[in-house]
Amino acid sequence: MRWNAVILLMRKDMLLEARQRHAFYGVLLYILSTVFVLYLTMEGPEADTWSALFWVTQLFVCINAVAKAFLQESRGRMLYFHTVVSPSEFILAKMAYNLLLMSLMNAASLVLFIAFMGDPTTDALRFAGISWLGSAGLSLVFTMLAAIAAKALQQASLMAILGFPLILPQLLLLMRLSKTAFGEGFASSSPTEVVLLLLALDTAVALLSLILFPFLWKD
Amino acid sequence: MRLSWWKYLCMILLAYDVVGGLLLPVPELPQLQETIRNLYYHVCMWFAMMILLTASVVHSIRYLSSLDPSHDTRAREYATVGILLGLLGYATGAIWAAYTWADPNNPAYASFGSIVREPKLIGAAMAILAYLAYFVLRDSMPEPERRARVSAVYNVFAYAMLFPSIWIVPRLLPSLHPGQEGNPALNFNDIDARMRSVFYPAVIGWTLLGVWIASLRIRISSIEEKKIEA
Repeated sequence: MRWNAVILLMRKDMLLEARQRHAFYGVLLYILSTVFVLYLTMEGPEADTWSALFWVTQLFVCINAVAKAFLQESRGRMLYFHTVVSPSEFILAKMAYNLLLMSLMNAASLVLFIAFMGDPTTDALRFAGISWLGSAGLSLVFTMLAAIAAKALQQASLMAILGFPLILPQLLLLMRLSKTAFGEGFASSSPTEVVLLLLALDTAVALLSLILFPFLWKD
Repeated sequence: MRLSWWKYLCMILLAYDVVGGLLLPVPELPQLQETIRNLYYHVCMWFAMMILLTASVVHSIRYLSSLDPSHDTRAREYATVGILLGLLGYATGAIWAAYTWADPNNPAYASFGSIVREPKLIGAAMAILAYLAYFVLRDSMPEPERRARVSAVYNVFAYAMLFPSIWIVPRLLPSLHPGQEGNPALNFNDIDARMRSVFYPAVIGWTLLGVWIASLRIRISSIEEKKIEA
């Protein structure tokens, strides 16, 4: 594993993003229009509804933002990467890049949600932390799923089908954790325990991707 | 007709499970009454499902290390039978819940919304959805070699993501379902000795039946593959 190769691959993705801006701004616009539709359809939702809407929006934003991580790479370019980097360097760079992208998108949707839908949180900073943790988990899981779906036909819809059952437990944990930022008590276990559990899940996903991606890579 | 010994064992155990499960004495509990006998069928379905899905993942891993197509067939058939048992587990669980959890003042379907929220049911639904997605993924790739490889990767990834959550999430969320502190019916203290004598053989019997069905399906598909090649 050469770390500078990982960093170079990440820089390549960022440069591409900076040059063809349609993808980045496309996702931002997607968030903006979703929040605007929500704003028009309901007035000042309660904390529970607000949080559910926020997480569902995050889920769909993640699918949109991460899906193109592999779809944008043409066959020829993949062949080229195959000759210059190892599969673990490639998937690590993709995961790190998607993590960065989702962190930005997460911040954007948080700001837009608070601006349009009001701020029901009692501790906004805590909720920001929880939502970042969530976006990290989402981006890692969907990076690997995008790699799998890229091998099949009808990639975009397949990614959602493959991903929903796998991401559900994380979403449930995150929604439960979010309640602590809305001034509600925590039922059984302590919040720290849940945070540690989520971090452990994220680590497991990253390790699994590192182990499994080499099998997808050779064609 | 000659059958291997474990197929006779399977028949004997299941006959014992049906006869003994319905006739042998059970503890009388105010909430459960005679529905407690469903433990011999409902819980066994889930156990057999998990064992068969585990077999499917083992074959996927073996496929990835050997690239032998017969492991891919096995992985697929074990997953199919595992899902079948999962659906049966849902059906038996629904019958049980209709007598114990459903609100008696309303028709049974009115309680549906609140019952499906059960963490254990969510876990089971996730497993079934993930494996249905596995089949959709398989069908979306025409080339057999790529299909086998990519679906094996998904199988391992899905299994590794699902099973920790099936065991973890229910312990974090409040639930009516027994087994909050551990694995229901596996713990020696929470199941009556009389029931254990039927329950453990039943788990083995249903698992063997699942393996039997899967092995027939594997043989059918290997014959079909030979026919295509010929």
